[in-house]
Amino acid sequence: MSVLAHVFEAAGIATVVLSSVREMAVKAAPPRALHCEFPLGRPLGKPSDPDFQHDVLRRAFALLDADHGPVLVDHPVTIIADDTAVSCTLPPRFDPTLAPAVDESNGLRRAYDRSRLRRGVTSVGRVVDADGVPAALAVLDAIANGADWKSAGIPGGNTTAVCHDIRTYYEEAALELVDGPLPAARALEDWFFERTEAGATVLAARKAISASGAKAPVWFYMAPATR
Amino acid sequence: MNGDEAVRAHSASLPAPTFPDPAFVTPKPLSSATVAIVTSAALHASDDNAFSAGDTGFRLIDSARRDLVLGHWSPNFDRSAVTIDLNVVYPIDRLEELAAQGIIGAVAPRHVSFAGNQPDDVATIRLDTGPAAAAALVADGVDVVILTPV
Repeated sequence: MSVLAHVFEAAGIATVVLSSVREMAVKAAPPRALHCEFPLGRPLGKPSDPDFQHDVLRRAFALLDADHGPVLVDHPVTIIADDTAVSCTLPPRFDPTLAPAVDESNGLRRAYDRSRLRRGVTSVGRVVDADGVPAALAVLDAIANGADWKSAGIPGGNTTAVCHDIRTYYEEAALELVDGPLPAARALEDWFFERTEAGATVLAARKAISASGAKAPVWFYMAPATR
Repeated sequence: MNGDEAVRAHSASLPAPTFPDPAFVTPKPLSSATVAIVTSAALHASDDNAFSAGDTGFRLIDSARRDLVLGHWSPNFDRSAVTIDLNVVYPIDRLEELAAQGIIGAVAPRHVSFAGNQPDDVATIRLDTGPAAAAALVADGVDVVILTPV
C-alpha cells in the first residue's frame, strides 16, 4: 500500500494510507498514513458500524491538510482480533456412509444458499463451486487417510484454491447461522479450524501432504501460517 | 502469538523499497475533490477476471458495483468482515454519504483493486501496473485516493 501511495502521488493524486503494519509505514514512508491497529482484513475497523468507519475516514482525510510529508498519525483506538471461536450450530450427522466432513458440508448447503441469495454474490468458485465442495472434501479426507495427494484428484490441482473454496463456503454459511453479535475478527477462522469436521480434514490433509515430502507451497497455504 | 501478531511480525520484517525523492501533492479542498478507493484486498466484480496466485495486476471496479468477490490468496487474515460488510475494506457507501453531505466533492466513477500478497521487490506494481492504475484514475479526474490494505 505504501508503495502504491508513492506511485499514485507521483501521478499527481494525493494519497492517504490506512496503515496496518506500523513498522512498514515508518520504513516505506508514504506521504500520509493513518496507522490503524485493527484486525487484519478490517482496515476500517468495525463491520456494520458506519459511525466508526466515518471516524476513520474523517481522521484519514484530515491528513490532507498537512503541507509536507511524510505524515504518520495513529488512530487512537486499538482493536485486537478475538481468537475465540464463534458459536455456530453445526448440522447433525445425517449419512454415516459419508466421511464426516462431506456429510457436514452437505448439511450446510441451505445456509450457504441463503447467504448467496441475500448477498447476491459468493467468493466460492476459485476451483469448485458449492456443488463441488463435498467432493473436494472427500478428496482431502482420502489424502488425510493415506491416499497419495498427487493422484488423489485435487480439484484444479491447487490445494490453496480448493481450501479457499471450502473455507469460504463454510464461513458464508456460518454467517447465516450465528446468533448474537457479529463475529469478531478470526472468530470464524477459529470456528472453521477448531470446531468443524471440514477444518480438521483440511489440517489433516495438509499435515499428510507435508509429511510426504511435498514442497511447502503445495501445503503451506491450505491454512493460516499459525496453524 | 495470535494470527494477527504473527502476520504483523512477518510483514514488519520484509524489506521496504525506498523512494529517495518522494512526490507530495497539495490537493484541492476535499469538498471539491473527487475521491477513489485503492484496495489491496483483491476484490473484483463477480463477472471480472479472478486474481491468480501471485497476480501483480489490478482490476478496476465500477462505483455502482457491490457484487464483489474476495480474490485474495492469503489465508492469513480475517475474511469474514468483508462478507459481513464490504465497507470495512471498501468504504464505498461511506464515500457516497460523504459526497451527499458535501464533505467530499464526488465519488470517483471507478476504483482500483490489487492483491496484497506481492513479490518482495514489488517491482511490477512500482514500475508497471501501479502507474497504469494511477493513469486510469487521473483520466477519471480523481484528486484523492484512500488506500485500504489487506
